[in-house]
Amino acid sequence: MLRAAGILAGFGVFGTLLVAVTWESTAERIAENERAYLLRTLADVLPEGAYDNAVHEDFITVIDPELLGTSAPVTVYRARSNSRPVAVVMTPTAPGGYSGPIRLLVGILADGTVSGVRVVAHRETPGLGDKVEVRRNDWILDFQGRSLANPVREHWAVQRDGGVFDQFTGATITPRAVVSAVRDALIYFDANRDALFAAPAGAEELPPQPAEEEETE
Amino acid sequence: MSGRAGEVMRTGLWGNNPGLVQLLGLCPLLAVSTSLVNGLGLGIATTLVLIASNVTVSVIRDFVRPEIRIPVFVLVIASFVTAVELAMNAWFHELYRVLGIFIPLIVTNCAIIGRAEAFASREPPLLAAVDGLAMGLGFTGVLVSLGAARELIGQGTLFSGAHMMFGDGARVLEWQFIDSGFLLALLPPGAFIGLGLMVAAKNLIDARLEQRRTPATAVTGQAASEAA
Repeated sequence: MLRAAGILAGFGVFGTLLVAVTWESTAERIAENERAYLLRTLADVLPEGAYDNAVHEDFITVIDPELLGTSAPVTVYRARSNSRPVAVVMTPTAPGGYSGPIRLLVGILADGTVSGVRVVAHRETPGLGDKVEVRRNDWILDFQGRSLANPVREHWAVQRDGGVFDQFTGATITPRAVVSAVRDALIYFDANRDALFAAPAGAEELPPQPAEEEETE
Repeated sequence: MSGRAGEVMRTGLWGNNPGLVQLLGLCPLLAVSTSLVNGLGLGIATTLVLIASNVTVSVIRDFVRPEIRIPVFVLVIASFVTAVELAMNAWFHELYRVLGIFIPLIVTNCAIIGRAEAFASREPPLLAAVDGLAMGLGFTGVLVSLGAARELIGQGTLFSGAHMMFGDGARVLEWQFIDSGFLLALLPPGAFIGLGLMVAAKNLIDARLEQRRTPATAVTGQAASEAA
């Protein structure tokens, strides 16, 4: 019995050693991959060459279940040029997807114009709702250059709802969810613009706002 | 020995194929086979784990007592899977992102513990390695064929995402056959239908071979089929 326990413990040690050695020799590369991946996805939604800081290290987290679609903290990356604000990349969630929440990256220039939107994760139906992925369809690129003034707020919707954005044949729910999530992100940015850029990197909430009478919809 | 090795190889690739005959590891098989490259990625990872775990189990078969063999097998397999997972994360990062949860789930692929228990714990290491390779390649073959068929029918492409595995140079491989596809093939029912057709095709081929052999060597053919 004791011998069996000893053998089992021996294999426990062997397994742990194997994993530890592999981890040790891959950890650096994996961290590098994660960083490169994050930088690449952030660069997708930001204007090329317009910023000079390490965007992936200059981030804060904010919480706003109403406009950002999740009660969890939402990361906001800040892009700057010579320390002046250029753009933010927000990571809101579109809660109204057809089969669960859709996670987005929304790049917004300091003047409130969308510089790019990408879907990071979703579980929409392949062939129907997954056209929000940029590698399947150009649809998501239509957001570039939009702002709360273009189109006006009532038209920030898919065509079926009287808006300007296309829906897909057979899938209206997914585009509808993405369009309203992007619009809400813009509204949030509009209301918190200065605070988003002013907060020190790593901050977990926005500094108190100067009194503002921003109406919410 | 070489005769046995050849037989073990044939058994794994065809006669007792884990995907088509043993029907083991169906969860990753059906879930991941949406494209050829996905299938190939998971197939290679599974093969590596199978070889490593088969050899290890075979080496330790004489001093691991029967009552603790299952936990020891599980420990060994889980360690190798974690190592493969870390290695894939490091070297094939994009593919790792696509395959996601199915890499750690190799632990639960019954084909692996099944081979450890049924074969590797009774045979010498070299033969166990051959068995791991054969079973792994057999599994990969099913994954790749099913993945290719579903990809071609479902989205009209082949080798899409090949750059995730072979680098940017492999983008030339990614060809578009038709612009849209028959969606059902990509959805879960498509996986079941596709696998069903493959199993049927294998049985059909076996029956044909059997028929052709019968007139010539009726007695040995009979014996072989009984042995199988």
